[in-house]
Amino acid sequence: MKLKQKDLLGLEYLSKEEIELIIQTAKPFKNLFTRTVKKVPTLRGKTVVLLFYEPSTRTRTSFELASKRLSADTIGISVPASSVVKGESLIDTVKTIEAMKADFVVIRHSMSGAAHIVSKTISASVINAGDGMHEHPTQGLLDIFTIMEKKGNVKGLNVAIVGDILHSRVARSNIWGLNKLGANVFVVGPATLIPTEIEKLNVEVCHNIDKIINRLDVINILRIQKERQEQNLFPTLEEYSEIFGINSYKLRNAKNDVLIMHPGPMNRGAEISSEVAESKNSVITEQVTNGIAVRMSVLYLLAGGDGGKSETFNS
Amino acid sequence: MKSTPQKVIVNSNEMSITLRRLAHEIIEKLHGVNNLVFIGIQTRGVFIAKRIVSLIESITKKTISFGTLDITLYRDDVDRISKQPIVKETEIPFDITGKDIILVDDVLFTGRTIRAAMDELIDFGRPKTIKLAVFIDRGCRELPIQPDFIGLSYPITKKDVISVNLKETDGKDNVVVYKKGD
Repeated sequence: MKLKQKDLLGLEYLSKEEIELIIQTAKPFKNLFTRTVKKVPTLRGKTVVLLFYEPSTRTRTSFELASKRLSADTIGISVPASSVVKGESLIDTVKTIEAMKADFVVIRHSMSGAAHIVSKTISASVINAGDGMHEHPTQGLLDIFTIMEKKGNVKGLNVAIVGDILHSRVARSNIWGLNKLGANVFVVGPATLIPTEIEKLNVEVCHNIDKIINRLDVINILRIQKERQEQNLFPTLEEYSEIFGINSYKLRNAKNDVLIMHPGPMNRGAEISSEVAESKNSVITEQVTNGIAVRMSVLYLLAGGDGGKSETFNS
Repeated sequence: MKSTPQKVIVNSNEMSITLRRLAHEIIEKLHGVNNLVFIGIQTRGVFIAKRIVSLIESITKKTISFGTLDITLYRDDVDRISKQPIVKETEIPFDITGKDIILVDDVLFTGRTIRAAMDELIDFGRPKTIKLAVFIDRGCRELPIQPDFIGLSYPITKKDVISVNLKETDGKDNVVVYKKGD
């Protein structure tokens, strides 16, 4: 079995089987973390370039650890310290990286579609680590992995994504992935933060979480970006928190085993209360651990293959 | 060229006799089983190891530790093969440091699997010894690796295929040989 593409640009472009393959392969990688030597020689000699045009702590660290645990070499390029500030274009930057013989380029960019442009420009495998408001596929995959691990399956589960759906690439990747695996996806938030026609992605829109909370198996809470308030997308942070923030009172009617997820970083007291974040239902720190395993799985599965003229490995 | 028909070289009865002989031979050569642990290589090595372990346990009335090893992540050809192999479970629920390990696989061919398995084992600890038990040694080695315990030596060319079938994975016990078609 094999991923049919050289790149991971979004969950929209993966089949159900490919998503399942990535999730299944992540499990043995997670088991590695309990060993004293947490490293395997699988990608020895490969180079992973982490090209981040937007600030990121956890995604970047996670990709770096995933690469290093597979014995690949990593180079981080953060844009404020690079020649991009001297006016170099995205395409010239990645062509330079290609000339340095990178095998993987992990890219985060504020423009939707940036990873697509890069993937057409270079022959290295491109992994989208978040492009604008489009997708953040490895976050979607790690969320699905976490749900599978806790619930056994995704099919038939009621999953709500709560918050700023409009600007969220995490929401889009989750919607694509969860739908392909047969979950019922709800998006919850103020009308100003829910894109029009989102129903076309096969989700149910809801503006009042109280109405559905007793049916939910998973609540994935998105960060509320405080700068959005200045664009008048919601009146005040307090009001948002009152209506859409998840706290123990809102959860009083929820299922006992409802999973609470958050991609981080959290604004405690805004979209999620500290009590809920620390509760037994919360799998937020496990999401971080799972993120490394899923990213190792993606790197491993993208690494193989010359498409046929290969030899098989004999005992 | 089409594949030639499969020729059965070991039947179910012969297989169980050979496994029994291997069990006795291991006990004899290692002078007892007190420091002995078994590691089976995924997939069929695991089941062969399990069978030898249960034979040794019934002969000696002692419990033997048993682990499984998947060598996929230690292969030397990850970027050469077109299909990424499924990564299976490695589970070694004990400390291997100071132990006498019997590493078990179904077929010994190029020796590359065993190289990978030894590299992986060393990442788990420092065993006292590692000995290799295989059900079939078919020859054509590419690395300087030799087995310590052999069920059957059956030298064939690189173009021949040998497969060990086991009840646990294939529904029947036997070993077949054939020539692969194009």
